[in-house]
Amino acid sequence: MSTTTSARRRLAAAAALLLVAGAATACSTSTNSGSSSAASGTYTVWDPYPQFDNSSAWVQLLDKCGTSAGVSIKRTAYDTTQLTSKELLAAQQGVSPDVLIVDNPVVSTLASAGVLTTTAQTNLSTTAIELNLLGAGELNGQTYGVPIGANTLALYYNKNILTAAGVNPTSITNWATLTAALAKVKAIGKSGITFSAIGTEEGSFQFEPWFWGAGANLTSLDSSQAQAALGLWTGWVKDGYAPNSVLGDTQPDNWQTFAAGDTAFSENGTWELSAAQKGTFPFGIINIPAENGGAAPTPTGGEFVTIPVQSDTARYATTEKLVSCLTDAQNAYSTDTTLSYVGATSAVQSQQAQTVPALDPWITAVHTAKGRTSDNLGTKYPKISQALWTAIQASLTGQASASSALSTAQSSAQSALG
Amino acid sequence: MNDRAQTLDRSVRDRAGATRVAPASGLRASSRRSRIRSSQWAAWAFLAPLVIYLLAFYAYPMYRNLDLSLRNYTVYSFVHGGAPFTGFANYTAVFHDPTFATALVNTLLFTFVSLAFQFALGMALAVFFAQNFRLSSTLRALFLVPWLLPLIVSASTWAWMLDSGSGVVNYFLHFLGLSPVNWLTSPHWSLVSVIIANIWIGIPFNLVLLYSGIQAIPATLYEAAALDGVNWWQRFWRITFPLLRPVSAVTLMLGLVYTLKVFDIIWIMTRGGPVDSSTTFATWSYQLGFGNLLPEFGPGAAVGNLLVVMALIAGLIYIRLQRRQHA
Repeated sequence: MSTTTSARRRLAAAAALLLVAGAATACSTSTNSGSSSAASGTYTVWDPYPQFDNSSAWVQLLDKCGTSAGVSIKRTAYDTTQLTSKELLAAQQGVSPDVLIVDNPVVSTLASAGVLTTTAQTNLSTTAIELNLLGAGELNGQTYGVPIGANTLALYYNKNILTAAGVNPTSITNWATLTAALAKVKAIGKSGITFSAIGTEEGSFQFEPWFWGAGANLTSLDSSQAQAALGLWTGWVKDGYAPNSVLGDTQPDNWQTFAAGDTAFSENGTWELSAAQKGTFPFGIINIPAENGGAAPTPTGGEFVTIPVQSDTARYATTEKLVSCLTDAQNAYSTDTTLSYVGATSAVQSQQAQTVPALDPWITAVHTAKGRTSDNLGTKYPKISQALWTAIQASLTGQASASSALSTAQSSAQSALG
Repeated sequence: MNDRAQTLDRSVRDRAGATRVAPASGLRASSRRSRIRSSQWAAWAFLAPLVIYLLAFYAYPMYRNLDLSLRNYTVYSFVHGGAPFTGFANYTAVFHDPTFATALVNTLLFTFVSLAFQFALGMALAVFFAQNFRLSSTLRALFLVPWLLPLIVSASTWAWMLDSGSGVVNYFLHFLGLSPVNWLTSPHWSLVSVIIANIWIGIPFNLVLLYSGIQAIPATLYEAAALDGVNWWQRFWRITFPLLRPVSAVTLMLGLVYTLKVFDIIWIMTRGGPVDSSTTFATWSYQLGFGNLLPEFGPGAAVGNLLVVMALIAGLIYIRLQRRQHA
């Protein structure tokens, strides 16, 4: 009797150990299959477009490019805010995807983490790409990917409101004429403008056209030009031209406010174009004016196609074929059309100008746009940007004046950069 | 009782040990020893799943978090290893950060104000529902809704209601002839707003635990009190409240640990802003580690560990109090 129980116990112990061992090997085989699948011909792609399912043109394009390169594609979509940490963890474990599509200001962070290959390493051609767009992917003279397309900011306006307020949109050429237009809109009981001054990267992104449009530079946040730009936004909120909710609005929130139909202007991007066309009122688009006239430089948005470092460097040749296929003129044109982006090459842009006239002001805006991490700011940019959005919030809430908020920002950016 | 059983057991084992040294039964002793060893193995095998689980999902992440906070991690060394050990440099940096004082005060305010209101309102509702009137169980079930909703839903709904331009709360204030309040975008109100939302979410938890505690109080006590002619306040203050003390302690303790680490509500409603005015340690830690284009894992982990220490201190105080109660 007692021997049978002890035998049973021994059996149970063995079973438990087996289970544990099994689990351990299961883990290790699953990690292996990620990197050793080169031979089997499966290439992994990570992108930040969870809105596209397997029936979408984007995923079909991925499969088509895979087929023509003779491999099959395993695609995973992540939320764009998660992609950086996902990739850093994957690189730590040695299981990076073969192709990674990331938001452009993240490229320099991943490049400085040693996660991405340079275009020279993988023989990826960048000659057709417009230089101001390529800038966001450059760090210390090396290029770490190619833009799939670009988007940027401009001002959408509600034609009904401007007509009612007696504002001619073509008369808006600088800050003074814009502010005067906002005053006229307020006088007829409508809301003037909505933008996103939220305390995240989005807030800095939306502020930069005004910041650069005043002639300010990200390396000196407390310049008089920077104070003028922040003073403009602060004045709009204080005078009731912009709602106080801009302090917490993301870009989709800001769009919702505009789409409700009681706001004259919205600072927003190309990606809302199709929503605007489906909207209930006629709209127009003007470029964001610089302080003293002309179009202000806007920050480039949009993703880069990058090739993460692999232990098996033989994979790069096929990966390069995949990326070239994704970014060739015809495919980039259809991708940029689905994403409502402007092409990164002049070939795609001229094709777009012919077929989608509504993109015209955006193509102009993209030509004057500049990368946030350009001027070799690279990984310094995130620190500067955080200081900048904090200053915007401090000034717009009235916690500090524009000048003192910006001088705090400059000193905190400087101490963060060491 | 239990102690006596243990001593009995020990004396039996001692006697068995005595027989084991007896020379006559040498063979039998060795077979018994092997049986003891094999049963020990089996015991370990049964423990193994739990131990492995605890090591893999508690000990290792804790160790990693501690390690992250004691090294100077850049994105490069995070991926490729070789981050230099810097001791408490991350902690010093965190302590000297201008956000630290704000985050500390906000964390304490958020936790204790939330707890006080959640507990008081939960207690009032529990006493109310203990009277078992018609529809009381239906109403009680309705009060659980905040607890059942996903946090992203309730936080987004609160953010929407408290919106300064189009929110229903400001509409109501306008209706009453009051001027609108910038609930989420004013540095004076943002913390108040997230506390209000958190209280609303926490009430059901307090209600359920306290209500079940009240059910356990013998009805005879209330009957005897009724014969002595007590009023409702004495009934509550002299019977319900003292007899609920152990349940209250558990409720407050769990609430404390839970509230200290609340992240979703604050992040969704205000992102800790404007300008840190509603930042707590939980949102600050996330902000450092994931909220920026360039992650700062070291300081982020350090702030996270401060939270762990705060929860640990609260746990120790609780155990101490409980021991004193039992003594």
